[in-house]
Amino acid sequence: MTSDAKTEVIETDLLVLGGGTGGPMAAIKAKEKNPALRVVLMEKANVKRSGAISMGMDGLNNAVIPGYATPEQYVKEITVANDGIVHQKAVMAYAQGSYPMIRFLDALGVKFEKDGSGEFNVRKVHHMGTYVLPMPEGHHVKKILYRQLRRLQVAVTNRFMATRLLKAADGHIAGAIGVNTRTGEFLVVRAKAVILACGAAGRLGLPASGYLFGTYENAANSGDGYAMAFHAGAELANLECFQINPLIKDYNGPACAYVTGPFGGYTANNRGQRFIECDYWSGQMMLEFWRELQSGSGPVFLKLDHLASETIGEIETILHSNERPSRGRFHERRGTNYRHRMIEMHISEIGFCSGHSASGVWVNEHAETTVPGLYAAGDMASVPHNYMLGAFVNGGIAGQTAADYCAEIDLPAHDTADIAAEQARVLAPTRREDGLTPYEMEFKTRRLVNDYLQPPKITAKINIGQERLAEVRADLDQLVVRDPHELMRALETQSILDCADLAAAASLYRTESRWGLYHLRVDYPETDNDNWFCHSMHYKDARGRIAHRKREVAPYIVPVAADEMSAYHHLRIKTPVAAE
Amino acid sequence: MPIANHATSVPVIVDDEKCIAHKGCKVCVEVCPLDVLAIDETKGKAYMKYDECWYCMPCEVDCPTGAVTVNIPYLLR
Repeated sequence: MTSDAKTEVIETDLLVLGGGTGGPMAAIKAKEKNPALRVVLMEKANVKRSGAISMGMDGLNNAVIPGYATPEQYVKEITVANDGIVHQKAVMAYAQGSYPMIRFLDALGVKFEKDGSGEFNVRKVHHMGTYVLPMPEGHHVKKILYRQLRRLQVAVTNRFMATRLLKAADGHIAGAIGVNTRTGEFLVVRAKAVILACGAAGRLGLPASGYLFGTYENAANSGDGYAMAFHAGAELANLECFQINPLIKDYNGPACAYVTGPFGGYTANNRGQRFIECDYWSGQMMLEFWRELQSGSGPVFLKLDHLASETIGEIETILHSNERPSRGRFHERRGTNYRHRMIEMHISEIGFCSGHSASGVWVNEHAETTVPGLYAAGDMASVPHNYMLGAFVNGGIAGQTAADYCAEIDLPAHDTADIAAEQARVLAPTRREDGLTPYEMEFKTRRLVNDYLQPPKITAKINIGQERLAEVRADLDQLVVRDPHELMRALETQSILDCADLAAAASLYRTESRWGLYHLRVDYPETDNDNWFCHSMHYKDARGRIAHRKREVAPYIVPVAADEMSAYHHLRIKTPVAAE
Repeated sequence: MPIANHATSVPVIVDDEKCIAHKGCKVCVEVCPLDVLAIDETKGKAYMKYDECWYCMPCEVDCPTGAVTVNIPYLLR
């Protein structure tokens, strides 16, 4: 491909990076707050079908609806589920915004399950409270968001991958650089504020199938937002609290105990017996899942075969038409009829994702990162367990906060030398005739993540992993691409490598075990509240290295009693002592 | 190092009889989150150019003529 960098420079007030879930809502709420605000939404794919919910979603996992749960109850539940390391004000901001957002989405035409009298039909899945609201027709979500973006005249640039953030001399955000994934052309967007909504780092570990794109997360979510935030000097929080999920083996999509639980489905061992009391995804639940797999009682299954055929028909309709509709096709080819066979499950590869765990770019209750003018929302921002509805609520908060910020400042100046340097980095693989392909470098990086970084975490292994990853990094000057599509993959590979380095360094920093399987440090098996009841913050120091510091957990606004704090630590079903 | 071309089967299949890419339709190419589909300009038909599939199905669901079928990638089946 040609190495001549064609570059367009545009100016806006607010730039949103990522058009999946949180990004569009950020743009919508910013425009509602100030209709005169100029908003650009940059998306690596096409906003019509991008992100984690490209095919929709089958339900809300964390709806805080009056009559079923209060914001205070929800804050307590998430505090306990995340072993106390939460910024409660941010969780509370989500919880208070939850019901208004459901009403907003309902008014836009998103269909939620309602009972005969038109009330939301909320189900119980969590250990303590009741927060799950099914969306049997949730496949329209992206279309509804797209309609709003058009109505509010948000400027959408599809097929541009943001590669680096721009900063002014005083440290304020000044915009971002993107590259077109089909033409290789550059787009520089100067902006007063930037909202990062680039999704999870879902292409970090390698799925057991060996297929690079057979990930749990939408494989487009390769951790670009984490890498951009890191290079812009933002602090990233608790990255060692990995995302690990219980999934359908090989298919690697959610088994959906959340969906099937209210119908009577549950997670079982090879004897068809329950072994966990609660199917809500937490580190403690994953630890019990992992122990069952290691024991003679594995594999683990989703058990539905005891249910009535009509009930299973209802479950099939939900699971095979939303979120991951190819699931039915997968089961059909294997001859897995839910009526007759349990569904084999497995443990996912690791990733970063606050949507399900707590590994994200640090944000406070206003969605502000530690860099002035930079906001983050959705799976990549640090509000724990925030799922799709959290992406909507926190995206909305980011949009509103950023709109106010934009009203107060002038367009910051950026350094043109930064653009030249970034273009040189981006284009380097296009200027080589031969070398190493993005496919090889990504495969090797992710294979090393599996071999050395996934829990149980062992110091000696992580150290070796860091050496091997450093060797891959040293090979970056051999990376070669033949077209703009491969260039996108090469850039993603570099994001993945950055996230792998962060995963290793973050895991070594926290010298205790916490969050069940997510941070099981074999050399430090106990939870050490005296030294580690804090957020761990990871950032780039002046010399470009990964540095760390502790951040105090802000005083709780919803107190949690000591005996309540351990509720998620007793998830294994107690077996009766043998009679003899 | 010189680069080899690596042969692989692709999970997304396009029925040339039904595909109307020659009339200017590019829906499947536009909606793919991973940008793995393309138009073969000589045939005027869509095809899967890169084996990088998340088997998510917008290409199949949004195709106006039902020409696209998403199979589960062989390594996962």
